[in-house]
Amino acid sequence: MRVSVTVNGENFVRDVEPRLLLVHFLRDELRLTGTHWGCDTSNCGVCVVQLDGVPVKSCTVLTVMADGHEVTTVEGLEKDGELDPVQEGFVQCHGLQCGFCTPGMLMTARWLLDRNPDPDEGEIREAISGQLCRCTGYENIVRSVRWAAEKEASV
Amino acid sequence: MQVPASFEFERAESVEHALELLERYGPEARLVAGGHSLIPMMKLRLAQPDALIDINGLAELSHLKVTGDTLVIGALVRHAALLADEAVGAYFPIFHEAERVIADPVVRNRGTVGGSLCQADPSEDLSAAFAAVRAEAVIAGPGGRRTVPIREFHVGPYETVVGPGEMLIELRVRIRPGAGSAYEKVERRVGDWPVAAAGAYLRLDGGVIAEVGLGLTAVGAEHFAAPFAEAYLIGKTAGEAVLREGARIAADGCAPQADQRGPVDYKRHLAGELTYRALSRAAERSGS
Repeated sequence: MRVSVTVNGENFVRDVEPRLLLVHFLRDELRLTGTHWGCDTSNCGVCVVQLDGVPVKSCTVLTVMADGHEVTTVEGLEKDGELDPVQEGFVQCHGLQCGFCTPGMLMTARWLLDRNPDPDEGEIREAISGQLCRCTGYENIVRSVRWAAEKEASV
Repeated sequence: MQVPASFEFERAESVEHALELLERYGPEARLVAGGHSLIPMMKLRLAQPDALIDINGLAELSHLKVTGDTLVIGALVRHAALLADEAVGAYFPIFHEAERVIADPVVRNRGTVGGSLCQADPSEDLSAAFAAVRAEAVIAGPGGRRTVPIREFHVGPYETVVGPGEMLIELRVRIRPGAGSAYEKVERRVGDWPVAAAGAYLRLDGGVIAEVGLGLTAVGAEHFAAPFAEAYLIGKTAGEAVLREGARIAADGCAPQADQRGPVDYKRHLAGELTYRALSRAAERSGS
C-alpha cells in the first residue's frame, strides 16, 4: 500500500505492508534509528514520536495510519545545527545514562513544554509516566526538563 | 519482534462508508481507531482480523459537547480530550478521575472512549464510570441507528451488543442538576489496570438519596453495575452507616477472581471500601 508520510519536514512516499508498524518504518525504511524500539507492548515509551505534534507510541501505530500526516522524531528536534533546549537540558543535567529511553523522553518533554512552559516537578513526572528509564534516572530527567523550561523562559 | 498477521487495510471516509466496508469484508473485519487494545492483540496473534477499517479520519465521531441536558461523547473522542474538557469535569468529575488513572498520557493521546468500551475488557475503567451514570450508547448499522442502555451494552468479557456490520457512534449521558460523582481505583503501579475500582453517581434531595448509580470494574460485577446496592440506597438519608451498608451490598454482589493482582477476599474488600469512598465523595459534591 502506498503511503506518503512527512517526517521531520521531509516527505517520503513508500510502498508498505499494512501491518508495518510506524517504529519499524522509521528505523528500517527511513533509517531514522534515533527512535528506539523497546517493549513492543506500548508500555515502555522508548518509541515515542510526535504524530501531528502529539506524542504517541510508534510501536502501536500502523504506518498506514500515518499516511498523509506529519511525524517528528528525535532527529527533527535540532534546528539549523542548534540543539533543542530539551536536548541541551539533558546534556547539562546528565539526563541520560544508557540513552535508551532518551529519544522518547525528549519528544514528550518537547510536547509538555509546548503546552505548559513552566511545569512543576509533578507535572513533568506525570507527563513522562508512560515512559520507563531502565537506569532509573528520573531525578535528572526531571531536572533536565526544568532546565529547558528555565532556558526558554529566559530567552 | 511482534508483528501482526497480514490484513487488508481500508480507510473509512464517513460512517456510511465504514458500514459499507464492514458489510463488504464481513464478520472478520475490525474497526480500528486508537488501536491501543486491538494492535497489541494482533501483535500477539490473539486477534487476526482479515481487514482493518481505519476510522481515525471521521471527524463526525470526534464531537464532545453538551446538547440541552445531555453530554454527548463521540466514539472517536480520545481519552486525553475527555480528560481535558472543562464541561466534562464540571458535570461529571467521575470521568476525569477515571481518565486520570487510565494508562498514561501518551497512550491517552491515542486511545479512544469508543474503543475502550467496545474492547469490553472486564477491568476497563470507563465501563464502570458509564455504568454509574447510566449512559446510553448509540450504535449505527445497516438498518439505521439504535440506542442501548450502557448496562445492556456489555454481554461478557470482550463481548458487546455491537453486532457484525455495526459500529458504536456515541455515548449520551443526561446531566442532572445538583448531582455529584467520583471514581476510586487501586492499582499496583501507575497506569496499570485496576486491582479494583468503583465509581459513584449521586443526587441528594435534602440529604435523601434521590438518584444513585454505582459502577464497579475488575471485580466481576455484572454489567459493571451494583443494582442491589442502588436499590438499598435509594430513598435513604446519605449518612455514613447507610453508605457503608450500600457499599457492603455492592461488594457482596461482585464475583472477583484471584489473579496476579490479588486474591478474592482482598478484591472484595477493595470493592466495598472503594464504593464507600466514591459514594462519600459523590455525596459531598452533590448539591454543590
